[in-house]
Amino acid sequence: MSFWQNIPSYFSSEYYTFWVVSIGAGIICFGAGIVGTFSYLRKRALLGDVISHAVLPGVAISFMLTGVKNPLYFLIGATTSGILSIWLVDYIHSKSKLKPDTIMALTLSVFFGIGIVLLTKIQHSGNAAQSGLDSFLFGKAASMTLQDVITFSVIALINTLCIAVFLRAFSMISFDEEYAKSLGFNIKIIKSFLALLTVITVAIGIQSVGIVLMAALLITPASGARFLTNSIKKMLIYAGIFALLSGFTGVIISSSGTAMPTGPWIVVVLSSFTIFAIFFGKEKGVIARMRIRRSNNLKINNENTLKKLYKLSEERKESIHVDQLSDIQSSAQLKTTLKRLEKKQILSQVKGTIILNEKGKIAAREVIRKHRLWEIYLSKYFQLDKDHLHDDAEGIEHVITPEIEKHLITLLDRPEKDPHQSEIPY
Amino acid sequence: MNDFYIILTACLVAINCAIMGSFLVMRKMVMIGDAISHAVLPGIFFAYIISGSTSSLPILIGAASSGILATIIIEWFTQKARLQSDASIGVSYTLLFAIGIILISKFGANADIDQQCVLYGELEYVSLWLEPIIGDFYLPRQTLILGVVCIIIVLAVTWGYKGLFITTFDPNFSISTGIAIGFWHYFLMSGVSLTTVVSFESVGAILVIAFLSGPPAIAYLLTGNFKKMLVLACAFGILCSIVGYYLAKLLDVSVAGAISAVIGAIFTIVFVITSSQKSKIDVISD
Repeated sequence: MSFWQNIPSYFSSEYYTFWVVSIGAGIICFGAGIVGTFSYLRKRALLGDVISHAVLPGVAISFMLTGVKNPLYFLIGATTSGILSIWLVDYIHSKSKLKPDTIMALTLSVFFGIGIVLLTKIQHSGNAAQSGLDSFLFGKAASMTLQDVITFSVIALINTLCIAVFLRAFSMISFDEEYAKSLGFNIKIIKSFLALLTVITVAIGIQSVGIVLMAALLITPASGARFLTNSIKKMLIYAGIFALLSGFTGVIISSSGTAMPTGPWIVVVLSSFTIFAIFFGKEKGVIARMRIRRSNNLKINNENTLKKLYKLSEERKESIHVDQLSDIQSSAQLKTTLKRLEKKQILSQVKGTIILNEKGKIAAREVIRKHRLWEIYLSKYFQLDKDHLHDDAEGIEHVITPEIEKHLITLLDRPEKDPHQSEIPY
Repeated sequence: MNDFYIILTACLVAINCAIMGSFLVMRKMVMIGDAISHAVLPGIFFAYIISGSTSSLPILIGAASSGILATIIIEWFTQKARLQSDASIGVSYTLLFAIGIILISKFGANADIDQQCVLYGELEYVSLWLEPIIGDFYLPRQTLILGVVCIIIVLAVTWGYKGLFITTFDPNFSISTGIAIGFWHYFLMSGVSLTTVVSFESVGAILVIAFLSGPPAIAYLLTGNFKKMLVLACAFGILCSIVGYYLAKLLDVSVAGAISAVIGAIFTIVFVITSSQKSKIDVISD
């Protein structure tokens, strides 16, 4: 039977748990992904790690006080100790010379250590109800219930609504706190509110993916989304979609085999999305940047060759032999550069002799003009010595746009000669 | 004797971590220690699969190399992909940890590695595997390994002190004088990786992080001299281990957890005292 013929049976009751878990995972990942975008933008990526470790003592204490495993009590305990940990990190940071990373590492390990102490105390106390508290450490996505899915949906909805309503405030404190303050935003309240959303999301999400991987749900979607866009709205959308799909796909993969843990699979799928974006992001991706660098290098090679050709022809005659260019590039590089220029119908080569045609001369003049204009500009406005001008102009001539050139010409009164008394070709 | 073994083991971990941690604290890189301690999981798995044994050496090599791999990935993300540094750490170690758990739960059912042990170690059972030293004197295997690593760390740091010191406190000067920053970075990272790996097997990832950050932070609050800071950090590490152990025994709770809690308590005391003195000198002199 093929996959498509199977589809109706996927909606039958035996797949009920599968649907509950996959939809639930997708929703909680979505909620964490969008709220985590702000942790990312505020360069607080590792705070998610701190919070997820710090909720443990809260959970343990709420169990010790009530003696029952009630999700609501857990949530209250977890949120309280999560908030306390964030507050402590900020407080110690403001009151001592310690750096945030030290404080975060210390806070997360001490909170977690206290959590472990309490947890072992509970275990040794022989309370039968305690079994299963461990699921807080490593998550138990597979045993998600419809009730959990509803809780997840509520928190995801709250996150979405709050972000939609306070988008401007959240963005302001993410990019420039001082500026936000000067505009009259109450930074403390906005920050605390954002922290509260993050902590609640962590406290709820932790039960399905576990402590260590919760940090990934907050930070990984945003990291990938950042490589796709510069707009904060689009970033939120991308992060949300990444997270939603990863939660869903992670569950599908983990349910396809035995002994496949759900949380880790979600994180692996999520990370794959992010790594894909890091490589293939349209402008910021590693490959896109490599391509830009390559095309810039080609442009520089082209222009340097043209410049040399023009200078040689300025000195003597129309045709130049390849050997005369050997000092600007290696011979292999020169060969490909010349071929490229020939293809652009800028020059023609006959048996090692190069003839620059009209189009080529215009292009070459442009480069020389930019170079010499920049030299004048430097000597006039920066009073640089003549022998310092060339190297600087050598680099900048390739990036001066026609607009800047126009501006330079008017600024310098359309000069005739550069500081080295060479003519400027217009 | 059991008490002695556990305390000795904890103290050795404390010393190793205090030395490495002091450099990490000054370099603002403590969270990398956190990342390494989680990222060793896949390395442990592959070492187990390749060597077919759970004996210490192959596992140690596997774990240490996967720790170093993690730092290389983090470097790559920050330098080449231009991902902001905190996100690089977060993304890479969670991915490695996730891969590790998947591999272990899928193929490593009979391997001697479980997640719980990774997080909070088995300090209580350290004396299960004793090795004879001289005559009737026995030492637990873990303690022995930690002792060797401790000697390696102390020797390496003494040998490379100048390089580590300059690249930590004056990276710009190092660049201008041509000191190989990259070399010292990976030199330190190898040390951190080794320390983390040998330590976490006995005390768990969480106590490793507590030891890496806590005692150096306490020492840093108390002194402005880096050499004094190293000594103080070791001393506080040892103090916390001893107090933590007896606290754990008294309350009948996890030793690793109790030591972390004591580190937190001592830090709080020192923090309250020093912050009321209002001396925020941030000069570190040799």
